[in-house]
Amino acid sequence: MTQVVENKETAAQDLITCTIDDIEIQVPKDTLIIRAAEKLGTYIPRFCDHPALAPVAACRMCLVEIEGMPKPQPSCAVTLSEGMKVRTQLTSEIAKGAQEGVMEFLLINHPLDCPVCDKGGECPLQNQAMSDGRPDSRFEIEKRTFDKPVELSTEILLDRERCVECARCTRFSEEIAGDKFIEFLERGTKQQIGIAEDEPFNSYFSGNTVQICPVGALTSSAYRFRSRPFDLVSAQTTCEHCAAGCNLRTDYRRETVMRRLAWEDKNVNEDWNCDKGRFAFAYLKDKRVTRARVMGQAALLPDAVEYAAQELTKHKGKVGVLTGGRLTLEDAWSYSKFTRVALKTNNVDFRNRPHSQEEAEFLAHSVAGGIITATYKEIESAPSVLLVNFEPEEESPIVFLRLRKAVANKKTKVFAITHLETKGLTKLGSKNILVRPGDETKLVRDALAQWSNNTNNLIEKLHSQISKPGSIIFVGERAAVIPGLLSALVELSTATGAKLSWIPRRAGERGAVEVGLLPNLLPGGRVTTDEESVAEIAAIWGVDVKDLPHTRGLCAEEIIDAAISGEIKALVLAGLEIKDYPQPAKLLAALEKVEFILSLSINESDLTQKADVVLPVAAVTEKAGTFVNWEGRPRPFGKAMTQNKSLSDSRIISMLADAMGHDFGPLTTSDIRQDLSALGVTARNQGKAPKYQAGLIPSLGDNQMLLSTFNQLIDDGALQAGEPHLAGTRRETVAKINAAAAEKLQIKNGETLTVTTSTGSITLPVEICQVADSVIWLPTNSAPSSVRQILNAHDGSVVMVSKGLNA
Amino acid sequence: MALTPILTANWDKPKSWTFDTYTATGGYQGLKKALKMAPDEVINIVKDSGLRGRGGAGFPTGLKWSFVPQNDGKPHYLVVNADESEPGACKDIPLMLANPHALVEGVIIASYAIRAKEAFIYIRGEVPHVIRRVSDAVEQAKANGLIGKNILGTDFSINIVVHAGAGAYICGEETALLDSLEGRRGQPRLKPPFPAVAGLYASPTVINNAETIAAVPVIVLNGADWHKSMGTEKSPGFKLFALSGHVERPGIYEAALGTPFSELLEYAGGVRKGHKLKFWIPGGSSVPMLTPEHVDIPMTYEDLQAAGTMLGTGTPMIFDETVSVVRAVSRWIEFYKHESCGKCTPCREGTGWMVGLLEKFEHGEGKHADLDLLHDISAQIAGRSFCALGDAAATPFPAAMKYFKDEFEQAETIAPHTVFPFEKSHKFETASVS
Amino acid sequence: MIAPITETDFKQLDQLAKKYPERRSALLPMLHYVQSVQGQISPAGISACANVLDLTPAEVAAVATFYTMFKRFPLGKHHIGVCTNSLCAILGGDELWRELSETLGVGHDETTEDRMFTLERIECQAACTMAPVLTVNWEFFDNMTPNKVRELIEKLKSGAPVQSTRGAVITSIADTERVLAGFNDGKSEEGEAIDDAMLAGLQVAKARGMRAPRGEGF
Ligand SMILES: Cc1cc2nc3c(=O)[nH]c(=O)nc-3n(C[C@H](O)[C@H](O)[C@H](O)COP(=O)(O)O)c2cc1C
Ligand code: SF4
Ligand code: FES
Repeated sequence: MTQVVENKETAAQDLITCTIDDIEIQVPKDTLIIRAAEKLGTYIPRFCDHPALAPVAACRMCLVEIEGMPKPQPSCAVTLSEGMKVRTQLTSEIAKGAQEGVMEFLLINHPLDCPVCDKGGECPLQNQAMSDGRPDSRFEIEKRTFDKPVELSTEILLDRERCVECARCTRFSEEIAGDKFIEFLERGTKQQIGIAEDEPFNSYFSGNTVQICPVGALTSSAYRFRSRPFDLVSAQTTCEHCAAGCNLRTDYRRETVMRRLAWEDKNVNEDWNCDKGRFAFAYLKDKRVTRARVMGQAALLPDAVEYAAQELTKHKGKVGVLTGGRLTLEDAWSYSKFTRVALKTNNVDFRNRPHSQEEAEFLAHSVAGGIITATYKEIESAPSVLLVNFEPEEESPIVFLRLRKAVANKKTKVFAITHLETKGLTKLGSKNILVRPGDETKLVRDALAQWSNNTNNLIEKLHSQISKPGSIIFVGERAAVIPGLLSALVELSTATGAKLSWIPRRAGERGAVEVGLLPNLLPGGRVTTDEESVAEIAAIWGVDVKDLPHTRGLCAEEIIDAAISGEIKALVLAGLEIKDYPQPAKLLAALEKVEFILSLSINESDLTQKADVVLPVAAVTEKAGTFVNWEGRPRPFGKAMTQNKSLSDSRIISMLADAMGHDFGPLTTSDIRQDLSALGVTARNQGKAPKYQAGLIPSLGDNQMLLSTFNQLIDDGALQAGEPHLAGTRRETVAKINAAAAEKLQIKNGETLTVTTSTGSITLPVEICQVADSVIWLPTNSAPSSVRQILNAHDGSVVMVSKGLNA
Repeated sequence: MALTPILTANWDKPKSWTFDTYTATGGYQGLKKALKMAPDEVINIVKDSGLRGRGGAGFPTGLKWSFVPQNDGKPHYLVVNADESEPGACKDIPLMLANPHALVEGVIIASYAIRAKEAFIYIRGEVPHVIRRVSDAVEQAKANGLIGKNILGTDFSINIVVHAGAGAYICGEETALLDSLEGRRGQPRLKPPFPAVAGLYASPTVINNAETIAAVPVIVLNGADWHKSMGTEKSPGFKLFALSGHVERPGIYEAALGTPFSELLEYAGGVRKGHKLKFWIPGGSSVPMLTPEHVDIPMTYEDLQAAGTMLGTGTPMIFDETVSVVRAVSRWIEFYKHESCGKCTPCREGTGWMVGLLEKFEHGEGKHADLDLLHDISAQIAGRSFCALGDAAATPFPAAMKYFKDEFEQAETIAPHTVFPFEKSHKFETASVS
Repeated sequence: MIAPITETDFKQLDQLAKKYPERRSALLPMLHYVQSVQGQISPAGISACANVLDLTPAEVAAVATFYTMFKRFPLGKHHIGVCTNSLCAILGGDELWRELSETLGVGHDETTEDRMFTLERIECQAACTMAPVLTVNWEFFDNMTPNKVRELIEKLKSGAPVQSTRGAVITSIADTERVLAGFNDGKSEEGEAIDDAMLAGLQVAKARGMRAPRGEGF
């Protein structure tokens, strides 16, 4: 019997033939014994082995016998070679004995406290001890003990006596995350995992170590002692936090999510996720909107819907719809249809963040229409990747991990056009071109036009690298506010052949683009001003083309302005946060001015307090749906929890539409998915390439600097509420300036400075590092640095900077 | 057979360690000869000489050098293993103290042969006096134009760095040494890749014991046949034997390989007066012990292997009848526990367990079943640990049980120190302490 | 009070790093240096090395805690190590240890109250032919006896000059650590350091007229 282990990429001549337990197999050469055995269905016990980590062969659990070798060999580290004869525990007494011996050693100092251990019930050590271990212990002397537990960070705890020293956690942190904050300390029997006294394990990826720890040595503060695996029900979900599209497993008990884990998906998150995705799920705990409300009074849902419908009908044509970036694809679809068909307007925008007309045109041209621009896999083979106003570790952590992998494989060179050097960029070995916000456009156009006679070596290098086939340009959402940048990048992409991919921060943004939650876009990349496109959509929606608006609508900022000026009379707000808004004060003013506000929300917020009608909606765990990740890859998920009776946004929209005289049907997930699949690709990519010029950078007076800002991964985001352990691992909240600026301000590392605009000021300690000249960086939403609320500013805004407390 | 003072020949000269003394007695002639040959010719001399590594494993040195890929465009490195921390091993330290230039000259020649421009001498940290000597020797050689750019008018350049360890036996294991030299925890590396392909800084690297390298200049100078005129076919040449313990004149005895142990013992004045040999260990605590019946064994790699032990470092420890085997073994296992690097399970956990069990025997409170258990534990470590330290830790107990089982059984009820009063083994007079 | 790592120290650390093709190789010498300055490896010393080598403090701590010679507690002026590995122990090392421990009133890795002495049981020092041995600031005292130990301690306490049997005059552990860091103190010529054990074979050979086959260079 010969089994061929499939691997489509392997040519026949690269296959070798060998035997494992007398079964002949063919495998690609360089296959590890342990992997080949798996394919045959033989599980060789292991602890230190992890397919995503380089082998260390330290635990010695996986020893097998190889004919001709005097000693048993670690199957996790030895690759098969032609004719090799391997015997596992199934057919070899030597292998079996070796494995039993190692298991006995592992258990002698293990506390065997399975009943109180978080890992109990899903523990490789427990399982393998049951299947392969001795029934009794010959160890009668005192076990090694440690004070317990060690707090590696506010989130990760270590019980040292349970540790089997497989080094999975340290290898993960070094090889995958690049965060060398945990290490083996001491030696021999005293060896233990630990941190330096003055630097905790504040890695954005720390939770993965808990998941891959093969025993219960690493636990999370959030989950510790909260549940037993056999009490949990698991559901597959897609992470709602960012545009990565991580496949997750949500474990819940009695309608409460107890924990979330990364679920392997080779195309997307591989074996990992980030700590935000893993730990930030407590936001449903406290402030849930449980009942519909009209003018502050609890109401029955149908009554509230009826009232809202009346009000919206009254203001038809003068309604603005702001949906935020967190909707599922299906819900976004419903809003898109509702806005056009029921409200008869294109005044809809998902972008509750700094945005621009140029960006809308860019999205129509380069993103919408199901375009798959680049993929995670392509990152790995890209000769070079250029990051433009995009900090992957903070803004899309799984992209960061893939980039790290690509860089570690020595295949990919990373370049960045950035306002400052960051930890993440450093870990990528990125070659950084520092620019002031506003100078990017010129830089990109120069790189295009004059790279060959450019005196800047780096730009020349960038140009030659980015022209290599397979290269990728990643641009983040912050590019929207830099005039001409997106236009220039489209030109760069065309000129070099590099793929241009837009990576927004929020999970729902790419989906919103696809279904046209933009004033210039209809679903499927069709522009609002194209007759044929409108007709296609009208057909899918089953309405007369004449009943749909044909003009470009107002973008979010214009909607707010129009609301303030009185042209817009009513607002529909879905999943919004005031503070995320580019200019929160303006939004507040608009809210004061309009005659009617409808808010659909999972949680109470300062915004729901101002709404005339509040309708509760289901959270992601309570409904099925799809997030489209930055790649354009649909990431569908099912309903995890059933008890909360809130309806999805779509179902509510269907009721609203019904009350306004439009029969949308029930708008169930499957209905919508059917409609979505009917969209086809016919009209894809209709938008024209944006053609904008660079803006002017204002000349700066004394004490004036240009602001650079982005959201740190772990910050004051609404969906991170209620998770103090996670919050404890956030990065320091500091302002960053370069040495020249520090010199000018006469300020030293750690001293405080104050950043002021007409609306307020923020005081923070300063960190002197590599930042572009006359630029100051602040975290966007990390108290006390609430840039939008307090400074009403974004990338490129001019701010006053002074030493010390408010001058 | 006879003593063959070669590396030790001038140790009684005034200031034998100085450049002047060394050159006055033919020093650096080997280098001059080597530099006139092609690097591969140098490798061939060493290959033909049959020189085997003196670090313990006895790997043929010339062969090791020839594994280094040529013209690979990568830097090559020579690393001298002068970590000498194996219990009983005490030859490299005196050699470097009395004759550091032999090592330095060997380093330059070896570097030339393997096309290394940079060499490191990794010396255990606990010997500042040796570190000074070797550093001085390097400085003197540099001052005399033997280290640096384009030495002796050739286009060969060499830099030598003397590097101090910081107390870790495992750093004598060659791959652990490399990690240590790279500024990491000294834990052994997974092989392949082997150091000859990817060693220090992932570049081709040769690691040799200090004594091995120090022997190179005379071999190059006098030729392979001269070297082979000493020793046996499989163990050609000469070696520093260091006899310690209960002998009249402990010390360094440089002799041809193949010299019977009894002959060395006789040179050392025999077992101390009034006592008789109980057990001896040919080359460090990591190799199995032997008894008086084995004294006539020739000190070669092959003969000792046939007797179930190894030449190891070639530094016999000799114990007379006053010594408790239980105590000696127990203390060695404590050493291995202390020095286990912690990387792999069998060595880390097994040594700790053994120490716990042996402690009871030291107090006359052993359990009979624990003797079997100790055997099992040794067997569970041997051949299953990551590196040879584990194998070493698994060696003393079974070896001792082979010859002295009754003594362990006795220690089930009687504390060894009552049968073997400690003061009787002392080298100095002590009033009985009981 | 732990001495701070000064600007000068940072320069020295950087100089050590420059000796190697890859800077990190200097970490052990740098930690020896830190120990010479601080009498221990403190978190500040760890951070300093991390800083100079662009490592995380955890990476440095991982290394610092691996090696026996690096201490996380303040050393006394003199470090005394007694080899208690089997051979030395049997030849009298255990007795020397008992003697010292009783005289000084401290145990393993402990320091006397007057901060003069830190005592440690050490492993085999590659001095077996001169067993039993002890070290003061890692300078060797070969063929020791309880009497010599008592005398040694008296002298060290009184500040009288004490010379290692291998030459160097004892100063302090701090000075030794500088040597280990790679700063040669030129004391290699303090004493011969060639003793009977090293010459044992040569003397027998000469007495009996034995020699190696004729050749050059010996
Ligand atoms: C635990 C352990 C400790 C060792 N210590 C030393 C040592 O101190 N000096 C040495 O030369 N070799 C030592 N070795 C052997 C080295 O790994 C290596 O074989 C040797 O340095 C090669 O040099 P050679 O070929 O010249 O013998 C040790 C090996 C092990 C496993
Ligand atoms: S056998 Fe294992 S624990 Fe022991 S020293 Fe080698 S790798 Fe480390
Ligand atoms: S799984 Fe192979 S040694 Fe740990």
